[in-house]
Amino acid sequence: MVGTEPLLRIDGLTVAFPGETAVRDLSLAVEAGQTVAIVGESGSGKSMTALALMRLLPRSARITGGSARFAGRDLMALDEGAMRRVRGREIAMIFQEPMTSLNPVHTIGAQVAEVLRLHEGLGRAAARKRAIELLDLVRIADPARRVDDYPHQLSGGMRQRVMIAIAVACGPKLLIADEPTTALDVTIQAQVLDLLDRLRRDLSMGLLLITHDLGIVGQWADRVVVMYAGRKVEEGPPGALLEAPLHPYTAGLLGASPRKAEGLGYREARLAEIPGSISSARGEAGCAFAPRCRHAIASCRAAPPPPLVAHADGRMVACPVLAGSGAPS
Amino acid sequence: MTRAARLLAALRRNLLAAIPTALGIVILNFFLLQLAPGDAADVMAAESGAATEETMRQLRAQLGLDLPLLSQLMAYLGHLAQGSLGFSPRYNMPVAELILQRLPGTLMLMGFALGLAFLLGLFFGTVMALNAGRIADRALSVLTLIFYSVPGFWIGLMLIVAFSIKLGWLPSGGSETIASGKTGLDYALDRLRHMILPGTTLALFFIAVYARLTRAAVMEVAQQDFVRTARAKGLSAFAVGRRHVLRNALLPVTTLAGMHIGGILGGAVVAETVFSWPGLGRLAFEAVMRRDYNVLLGVLLLSSLLVIVVNILVDLLHAWLDPRIDLR
Ligand SMILES: Nc1ncnc2c1ncn2[C@@H]1O[C@H](COP(=O)(O)OP(=O)(O)OP(=O)(O)O)[C@@H](O)[C@H]1O
Ligand SMILES: [Mg+2]
Repeated sequence: MVGTEPLLRIDGLTVAFPGETAVRDLSLAVEAGQTVAIVGESGSGKSMTALALMRLLPRSARITGGSARFAGRDLMALDEGAMRRVRGREIAMIFQEPMTSLNPVHTIGAQVAEVLRLHEGLGRAAARKRAIELLDLVRIADPARRVDDYPHQLSGGMRQRVMIAIAVACGPKLLIADEPTTALDVTIQAQVLDLLDRLRRDLSMGLLLITHDLGIVGQWADRVVVMYAGRKVEEGPPGALLEAPLHPYTAGLLGASPRKAEGLGYREARLAEIPGSISSARGEAGCAFAPRCRHAIASCRAAPPPPLVAHADGRMVACPVLAGSGAPS
Repeated sequence: MTRAARLLAALRRNLLAAIPTALGIVILNFFLLQLAPGDAADVMAAESGAATEETMRQLRAQLGLDLPLLSQLMAYLGHLAQGSLGFSPRYNMPVAELILQRLPGTLMLMGFALGLAFLLGLFFGTVMALNAGRIADRALSVLTLIFYSVPGFWIGLMLIVAFSIKLGWLPSGGSETIASGKTGLDYALDRLRHMILPGTTLALFFIAVYARLTRAAVMEVAQQDFVRTARAKGLSAFAVGRRHVLRNALLPVTTLAGMHIGGILGGAVVAETVFSWPGLGRLAFEAVMRRDYNVLLGVLLLSSLLVIVVNILVDLLHAWLDPRIDLR
């Protein structure tokens, strides 16, 4: 990675709420045309990372440190006017809840056209024509008729396609997808992920795919970042990371994702839950995962928390206990 | 469904419900008025100072007040079926004509007050919501609370003291300068000047109501997911507010505003009386004092029709604003 700048390089990003730090010293990079997955339990800071990049954090949140270099600028240092020209045009975002992410009182066509008129300066008729093309691009059947539909007339999967059409309308360089399929049926999930993957290739976008489902990571991501309690605890290429996780939390997540075990259906496969909850990370001086970790030793709980250490094959992990001895049993 | 089809369906549903409602209101009002002590003959006799039992009986027979209640009601409904609101012996003209004379004045006053209330209410409410918890929100909250709680007649009198008597900027009563000979724009401005004080008196309460409704609605809508989507598109705060937040906040505000329309007629009685505004409200007030029940029933019937019509309009507006409205 030396020499060429990646599309996006987050460095030491820290996001704080009053009395609570949601993202802590997070660093990661996304290359153009690459899919990077951020994985972690609910509450691990995935959405706050994404919203910080868009500079759309809730009012009470503050970015207290770090930078995010994107196409030659630091997103964290842009003023609101410059940031508005980035949003929707250079970086687009789609959200978890397709049922509520579209405005109920405007047609889907108008909502796609809105972003085209804003950033591309298209007139009403031209924007509508382009909106129909985009609906076709995201595989909505009969787009010329559907363009005048209201969101409530569409299924969840269709609405998420509309969201994707809005997101790719201006040909962004980076697409952030925050759990884009969590609210959808399993069969629809694969279709939507396929669509995102195809668009990433065709438009050569970087894709930051946020999920709490390690199961979909192997198939779609080029790189995986595992987050716990606001920190990156492990990073690496999906093959190696899923094969032999170096952090007990990653191992726990793998056990907890309902992978289809040999001869068993999804239902029968045992969910090896991680005991305890993420709330136990609060006020932990050492490794935030220590209170829930089977492998924890005394030094794990002593400050400061273990640093990220580079391993072979471009892997990184913040756990000295297991990383030395290979994969946990 | 297309917008036009939604509107037609809403219209049909409303008109069908309006007829039995209006009939029910007439009958109910008729009996309610019978509960008031005394009748027109008593008032006339009191005014003339001297009346014998004999003349009273004659007067009642002449006015039809000696008939049994049910026959009186049937007679009234009979008139109504033929499109007549009866005759007012006091004003010596048909009630319908009397009401038509007064109707435009009241409609203008109501329209002015409602328009003012809606615009200012929406504006105050939005400002309050966007600054929730900060000083602007607090200050406007106190102001609207005052608007809400101070009685209309007192506000009207204070406005007269301040703007007519002390400052001499605005007229204290009437709807136009009598025999001024003004025409065209001058005349319109003269009418407007007369409307400002009574219109504001009437509007203040509703400014407060709409402001509070808008504040709640905007705060509710502002945290919806689609607002985040709109911001992620790169829209300016103003465009997000207008196209996405306010557009959705209008839905609950218009519904509740429609329900308050009846109240503004009540307010009109006070405002018109304080500012001697020649409208229906003052006519109703006078009719009560004189027990002129034909006039009063006519005014009440028209008022209820007005409320029904406004509710239909609100319903249509709603069908126009909200594509999800269920039309059956
Ligand atoms: N509005 C808020 N006020 C205070 N703290 C918040 C707020 N929103 C989020 N947080 C904190 O930030 C942390 C990270 O939240 P975030 O939404 O990024 O989690 P996530 O990884 O996206 O989880 P999920 O899978 O549920 O979407 C949470 O632990 C939460 O306590
Ligand atoms: Mg999230």
